[in-house]
Amino acid sequence: MTITQIFKKAQRQGRRVLIPFITAGDPDLETTKRLIFTIAQNGGDILELGVPFSDPLADGPTIQAASQRALKNGLTLKEILDLVKDIRAEINMPIVLMGYYNPFFQYGLERLAQDAAKAGVNGFIIPDLPIEEAEEWLKHSRKHKLDTIFLVTPTTPLSRAKKITQKSSGFIYYVSVTGVTGARKELPKDLIANLKQLKQITRKPIGVGFGISSPEHVQRLVPYADGIVVGSAIVRIIEKGQNPDEICAKVGKFIQDLAQATKIKN
Amino acid sequence: MLPDKRGRFGIYGGKYVPETLMPLLAELEEAYKEAKRDKAFKEEFHYYLRQYAGRPTPLYFAERLTKHLGGAKIYLKREDLTHTGAHKINNTIGQALLAKRMGKKRIIAETGAGQHGVATATACALLGLECVVYMGEEDTKRQEMNVFRMKLLGAEVIPVKQGSCTLKDAINEAIRDWVTNVCTTYYLIGSVVGPHPYPMMVRDFQSIIGQEAKKQLMQAEGRLPDYIIACVGGGSNAMGIFYPFRNDKVKLIGVEAAGLGLDKGNHSATLCAGSIGILHGAMSYLLQTPDGQIQPTHSIAPGLDYPGVGPEHSYYKDKKIAFYTSITDDEALEAFHLLSKVEGIIPALESAHAVAYAMKLAPKLSKEEIVVINLSGRGDKDLGIVFERVKKEQGE
Repeated sequence: MTITQIFKKAQRQGRRVLIPFITAGDPDLETTKRLIFTIAQNGGDILELGVPFSDPLADGPTIQAASQRALKNGLTLKEILDLVKDIRAEINMPIVLMGYYNPFFQYGLERLAQDAAKAGVNGFIIPDLPIEEAEEWLKHSRKHKLDTIFLVTPTTPLSRAKKITQKSSGFIYYVSVTGVTGARKELPKDLIANLKQLKQITRKPIGVGFGISSPEHVQRLVPYADGIVVGSAIVRIIEKGQNPDEICAKVGKFIQDLAQATKIKN
Repeated sequence: MLPDKRGRFGIYGGKYVPETLMPLLAELEEAYKEAKRDKAFKEEFHYYLRQYAGRPTPLYFAERLTKHLGGAKIYLKREDLTHTGAHKINNTIGQALLAKRMGKKRIIAETGAGQHGVATATACALLGLECVVYMGEEDTKRQEMNVFRMKLLGAEVIPVKQGSCTLKDAINEAIRDWVTNVCTTYYLIGSVVGPHPYPMMVRDFQSIIGQEAKKQLMQAEGRLPDYIIACVGGGSNAMGIFYPFRNDKVKLIGVEAAGLGLDKGNHSATLCAGSIGILHGAMSYLLQTPDGQIQPTHSIAPGLDYPGVGPEHSYYKDKKIAFYTSITDDEALEAFHLLSKVEGIIPALESAHAVAYAMKLAPKLSKEEIVVINLSGRGDKDLGIVFERVKKEQGE
């Protein structure tokens, strides 16, 4: 299933799209594999799979630490692609790779687009690749029918947001806060107004992320966003878990609670 | 004129930053363009350089060093004599004035050795701005006195405990702060690195070094030098002296830190041993693994201990506008001792790399040839490091 199809399907079912994030290889690749099944089986719609980088400058402490744990085991991008390929036959859930530009650039953009498409990856989120620098990547990703999801933030002027929504495919990632990733207790005050404004300039689905950490947050966003990304709150469960069984059980329960909250109430 | 409209030096440079910062970078570019056209801004900048920082710095003929090496005539551009003891102050005064003009009241900066942190804290004290400095925890231990110095100047110093706890992690953390507080905060980058327009701005503010050197040498010798040597970490002092000579028939030589040796893997010689990649907002040469993870670096000179380099240097390397070589820890230490004894000038360990290369080069040149070394900073800050080294050697 494609990302676009998932949004349409959820719309028909009267709910929003749940987009959980985990870092690949945290704490190890075997657990990541189990977590992908757990997330798919408990109501995750699209998986945002983090590709670890040594210097993740858009991430807060939780995801930084996850990247470090993954890199300690010497994880490579090739292994992540192999993992996706390995599970693709059994998992229908779209998978988006979220990673910084340098590891992708070193892999080779053309080769990456080709290998990712072959492995069954659906799209990419590259937080340090703004639209101005993305031409080369878009050339290859479009050729292989991969979505590239660009970010719009509270500091983005509307005129610029329009350009970004035109380039973005799959969905538009709206960054809820002026800041880095990380679970937060409160949603930003101006978030709903900002989402309403963004809705007026694009017909593409809008996924909102950064700081969304509970089913209550999800519920509050359901009227205004098409998709909801939850990252650090899940990564924290993985960080605290003692063993893979416990991690999968707790993440599974959390995903269920989040998925419950995605229903549109009339 | 480089960089081009997209902030590129050939393929290098650009703006690889989170979307949150993109509108701010456009605002900064516009503010800088306006300031550059504004005579009053230029006058204010030069007023502070002259009356506060102590410019122009001398171009000193190092007669005893020249005799000792027995070859080319050696001149030292004495950036070590500026206020705060290094060239860093040229840039921090320029950018702090720009920040003030933009109405930003909070300044953040990263620092490795602490020199840029001290220079930023100084400029902020001078202009009445709030100052927060990020410094790798490892570096706060290595350079304790500079931490104290920054605090005396009214800055808050935040030790960074992420990653390798050194300069690159301090930059990451400063960028995270900037992403979070972008509306109120100005990020004062200390070298010709980062996203456009920083490499251009820092170059422009630092190019006062080369402009002065050119004039001074014309007065002293009636001609341009044959060689200019400068150390390269991020590359701001080198770019500052190279830039005004880029179109002249002068050999520009950047000296990187070979640390324990290029073959040993413990070094910071980005241009000599790195490959092209993207870090801290720009495309440039990098020290990285084949998977694109940033590699740990080493140099005895904390200011050179950085896995990236300014994008304009990468361009100069490819276009052969400048040449880049490297010097080991041991060679730099030898130069540190030599310059101290022969000229009575204790150089910063960073600058000692440039001196060390001159020690190799000058004896091979004729007495008519002229070499200018950019003595980017003074060595007081490094006495602790050298003291420990000497103690250890004597113990052995």
